[in-house]
Amino acid sequence: MSKWPLDAYLRVERLPTLWCPGCGIGIVVKALIMAIDSAKLDPDKIVLVSGIGCTGRAPGYLKFDSFHATHGRAIPLATGVKLTNPELKVVVISGDGDLFSIGGNHIIHAARRNIDMLVLCVNNFVYGLTGGQVAPTTPTGAKTKTTPLGNLEQPFNLVSIVATAGATFVARWTVIHVPQLKKSIEKALKRRGFSFIEIVAPCPTHFCRANNISPIEALERLQKVSEIKNGLDPREATLDFGSKIVCGEFVDEEREEYTTLIYSLIKERSGKDVRNVVSA
Amino acid sequence: MSHKLISSGVHFMDGDRACAEAALLAGCRFFAGYPITPASEIAEHLSERLPEVGGVFVQMEDEIASIMAVIGAAYTGAKAMTATSGPGFSLMAESVGLAAMTEAPCVIVDVMRGGPSTGQPTMASQGDVLQAKHSSHGDYEIVALAPSFVQECFDLTIEAFNISQRYRVPVMLLMDAILAHLMERVVVPDHEEIVLESVKRPEVSKAEYKPFKADESLVPPMAFFGEGYRFAVTGLTHDENGYPRISPEQHERLVRRLCDKVRKNADKIWEYEVRDVEDAEVLLLAYGSMARAAYDALERLRLMGFKVGMFRPVTLWPFPKGPLVEVARHVEKIVVLEMNLGQIYHVVKEVCPQNEVLLYSKVGGVLPSPRELVSFLEGVLRE
Repeated sequence: MSKWPLDAYLRVERLPTLWCPGCGIGIVVKALIMAIDSAKLDPDKIVLVSGIGCTGRAPGYLKFDSFHATHGRAIPLATGVKLTNPELKVVVISGDGDLFSIGGNHIIHAARRNIDMLVLCVNNFVYGLTGGQVAPTTPTGAKTKTTPLGNLEQPFNLVSIVATAGATFVARWTVIHVPQLKKSIEKALKRRGFSFIEIVAPCPTHFCRANNISPIEALERLQKVSEIKNGLDPREATLDFGSKIVCGEFVDEEREEYTTLIYSLIKERSGKDVRNVVSA
Repeated sequence: MSHKLISSGVHFMDGDRACAEAALLAGCRFFAGYPITPASEIAEHLSERLPEVGGVFVQMEDEIASIMAVIGAAYTGAKAMTATSGPGFSLMAESVGLAAMTEAPCVIVDVMRGGPSTGQPTMASQGDVLQAKHSSHGDYEIVALAPSFVQECFDLTIEAFNISQRYRVPVMLLMDAILAHLMERVVVPDHEEIVLESVKRPEVSKAEYKPFKADESLVPPMAFFGEGYRFAVTGLTHDENGYPRISPEQHERLVRRLCDKVRKNADKIWEYEVRDVEDAEVLLLAYGSMARAAYDALERLRLMGFKVGMFRPVTLWPFPKGPLVEVARHVEKIVVLEMNLGQIYHVVKEVCPQNEVLLYSKVGGVLPSPRELVSFLEGVLRE
């Protein structure tokens, strides 16, 4: 059997993945390694960090240094990696529940600091790995295992939250926008600062089944209701799975990066050009 | 850089600063923490001192973030520490389990204050002693050291880093509010005389490296992120490759190794002090700040002619049961003195079933006065 050209980035011995047929996470992973390859980054200098959930399993299938941390805590662990060795490119890949419910405090502070880090958030509107419970992204009225009569709460708009908190690169795509997603990831990997990309993905097993949407219908809907509005104020970037999903790169601006500031302070105080604080 | 480390010789400082300066001497170049009384001075001091010695200080958004950043730092090869008090340590509990499971060497300082809950922030306690060992779910081992003097806050911080590096295990320094804010004489040894240990490094090729494969020492050599080993770490039960493996056999193998690497080396970790035990009929057992009051009572009781001795565990976990049993077989009664309602007391009862074990508890946040303590012990001795 011929090998896929990007097999070198995979732990092929760990395949197949645990993701269900029709899941969008694999598409995001493919876009990520295509972007890393295209950006010609040194794979030895990339660290992937994730929390708990279906998306949290992604780093374990990829041949980079990786840390599959506790639920919600990928970003602070990634912060410790980046602050001690700034030459590493740190990518957090996790789900909407992990990053915005249990881990919600961490993402706003990482965005505020503008620490150089790319956060990929796969938003499938539901807690998948635990069996389909309501998430902070579940649309109002949608059925889940813990909202059998429909969700009473209003969902977060993720891009609006991180932009408000201070993220300097903010984008949203869906799993049908692979070329655009790859391009945004590559752009984010090449810049210095806190970058956030939300990827809307169907969960055929839980969210779609509970709401009578077939896997094909889900993809067709993404195609039908998506519109691209680059540069739009992220507060106006509607995400309504039923009627309108605004995609695009909403924020792309320069602000002093946190690690750079810390190492400038170290240089000023110690009189030495310290590049990392690794003991070896 | 070393000229910016604390100079050798005699200093006068409090426990928090002694701990912070010792951490720098031990090679700590990353601190992440969150303000909390009575541990804040450690963070405040390091926020100024770390950049001077080429290190990174960060105040995180909470204690969970602080210890997670420390674990991340450990995996790039930085010597890393956090410091907190009871409420913050409670928040760190899950991550202590992650550090144990992923064998991330790190130092956690818990400057104990009165609990439960918000309790008495400015008053001391020894209420976190059992929590230090059992904060997280599941079976695992940590190491905990309890200084009784500011000098020991200094010495044991260096020791904490060395033990954490040697066994790839979280090490706790259990200080308290009294030691944190007590000014005492500290002698800093010549820097060349200070032994510093670092994790054992891989000796195989990058292709052959298995991040969680241990030899007979039970401690796997550690590669760091960014060195080209490209390895996976997870809090899930994992095999030698660091890949998740959910199986009864693998879980048992892993959990037993994580515990055994500390348990089977316990005699190399134990530190303790014995005093006046040769002819003792009653043994005082105290640690941390309480040992200061106990030493004072010991002197007074000896002057009064009582045959009393003392055993002071410096290592609380793993508990130095072997050395205690050796001393305890020559005495009748053991009086355990603690600033809690009896935590090490139950351990001593288990370790010394042949002795009558009594408890002296003080939970208000202050040490007993000499008169109070001597009067209680006199009653025990005259029985």
